Amino acid sequence: MNSVIELEGLAIDLGGRRILDDLRCTLSARTIGLLGPNGAGKSTLINALLGFHKPAAGTARIFGHDVRSGIRQIRNLTGYMPENDAFVARMSAVSYVQLMGELSGLPPEAALERAHEALFHVGLGEARYRQLGTYSLGMRQLAKLAQAIAHGPKLLILDEPTNGLDPPARQRMIRLISEMRESGDLHIILCSHLLRDVEETCEEVLILKQGRIVHYANLEEERRANRKFIEMETVGANGTFTGDIEKLGCACAVTGNNRIKLVLSEGVAIRDLYRVAADRNVQIRRLNYRRDSLEDIFLKAMESELAVKGNANGRL
Amino acid sequence: MAVYKRSYRGYAGPLTEEWSRFAIIPRYAYRGLFQSKIMTAFFVLCFVAPLVFLFLIYFANSWGRIAAIINERGSASPIGINGEFFIAYLGFQCPLAFILTAFIGPGLISGDLANRALTLYLARPFSRTEYVIGKMSVLLVLLSLITWVPGLILFSVQAALAGGGWLSQNLWIAWGIFAGSWIWILVISLLALALSAWVKWRIAAGALLLAIFFVAAGFGEAINAVLDVRWGKLINLGYVFTIIWHSLFRLRDSFEISPASAWVMLALICGACLALLSRKLRAIEVVR
Repeated sequence: MNSVIELEGLAIDLGGRRILDDLRCTLSARTIGLLGPNGAGKSTLINALLGFHKPAAGTARIFGHDVRSGIRQIRNLTGYMPENDAFVARMSAVSYVQLMGELSGLPPEAALERAHEALFHVGLGEARYRQLGTYSLGMRQLAKLAQAIAHGPKLLILDEPTNGLDPPARQRMIRLISEMRESGDLHIILCSHLLRDVEETCEEVLILKQGRIVHYANLEEERRANRKFIEMETVGANGTFTGDIEKLGCACAVTGNNRIKLVLSEGVAIRDLYRVAADRNVQIRRLNYRRDSLEDIFLKAMESELAVKGNANGRL
Repeated sequence: MAVYKRSYRGYAGPLTEEWSRFAIIPRYAYRGLFQSKIMTAFFVLCFVAPLVFLFLIYFANSWGRIAAIINERGSASPIGINGEFFIAYLGFQCPLAFILTAFIGPGLISGDLANRALTLYLARPFSRTEYVIGKMSVLLVLLSLITWVPGLILFSVQAALAGGGWLSQNLWIAWGIFAGSWIWILVISLLALALSAWVKWRIAAGALLLAIFFVAAGFGEAINAVLDVRWGKLINLGYVFTIIWHSLFRLRDSFEISPASAWVMLALICGACLALLSRKLRAIEVVR
């Protein structure tokens, strides 16, 4: 698969401080999540990808275009929804989105048509002639999304798109992002500190902390791998039962209170476990796939970073 | 399919030329500006003086016939169409251009900065230079329409009515109208944009622009009086422009400062405005 973003030792200095340091990775999924606590450098990374900050070292590429030399091509291909309020004063939503479409290179007629289309798509169709200044926070978020997609970008960068939204508005935003992902026409980078938003929409996740990459996760693969880990609560299980399961080729461990953790091997299905249990008169009271949620992944990444720091401190 | 039924789709149609995109900004700005009746009325009023000057040119060139009617045959026309006539024309039109700039200019950038719209402009294939050119052209076009464009039309009318060798002998007047207007337009436009970017508040930027022209003039006089010097006049922008216009129109009046000093002063003001714009117009404001 062609890479969407390549980071090659990217470092960014701001105000004499190193904000991002030696970022290296290749991301190619349709939806990419940037996760991290506040101040981790997520927005700085986005700003660097858009050419707002010049790299102090290394470089980054989007669809093969280098941020140092091909920023205009990158901006041609991207749509950006910033984190903060950003609108043009004393302008209706349709004029605002049309203006942004034209600045991206659309002819006026096409920009106007796509402005109407984008505003209907995000759910502001009925309010599109209203002044932006009269919009609520949620509506302004949607207007920002509309201006980001009006020119049909190949890469949509969303910086904290659900900030300040109430639960129904948040759900709507997540649904819109998922719909656009399904359209197959564009890649999405979603920057958020809300794990649920990223988990619901993203396939790849990059976790940042203090300007460094602390973890990369391919959520699709994680989800597939999770299907192999099973936890069972049984009644009547004994050594023979676990022995029979191991004979199927599954790794198995008894954790006490009749709880068994096992890893399914290739070709072994759940029904095989029920068959073995029936043969040995064992009741399976509960059977769960282990769910290594994004929260687990995130916390592990944060903990491992702390452990690394702790060791370093110990050495000092 | 109806617009409201369409879902997200990419765009594969034609794109406009990159060099022409700066013109999008004035197009949208005019749409907003001319919604104001006061602005439209004022803009129309700015064409009254050129009409009066047009009448005066006609009057001066028809003096022979008028003199015959009023029995003043052989007398010289009371109005001479020369450098002084056109400098008087600029003396009328340039203050109107200044009022128009004070009305429009302060709101051009401050709104975008206050609402963080610059991030949206610059996240597109649109540079800071194009943004400044776009914003400046809002003023450049309007101010041109009320200064040098009618000025050159008046000059052409005079050349046509006077006939003979008047055009070849007075071509420098056309240059004076053109250059004098452009210098005025460029300096006040740059000042308005820089102040707009600096204070990010339309009313304050407008007040500052007026202060630079009127308060600074008084301050300059105070400096001259207190320190017994002459260079205080340099911060009187109206005076500085008068010197430059007089040198462009080949008028030999004496001033307290030299034309070279006036040019240097204008260059310094333009440089400071550009530096301020370069510093303030950024997609992201980095807080140190």
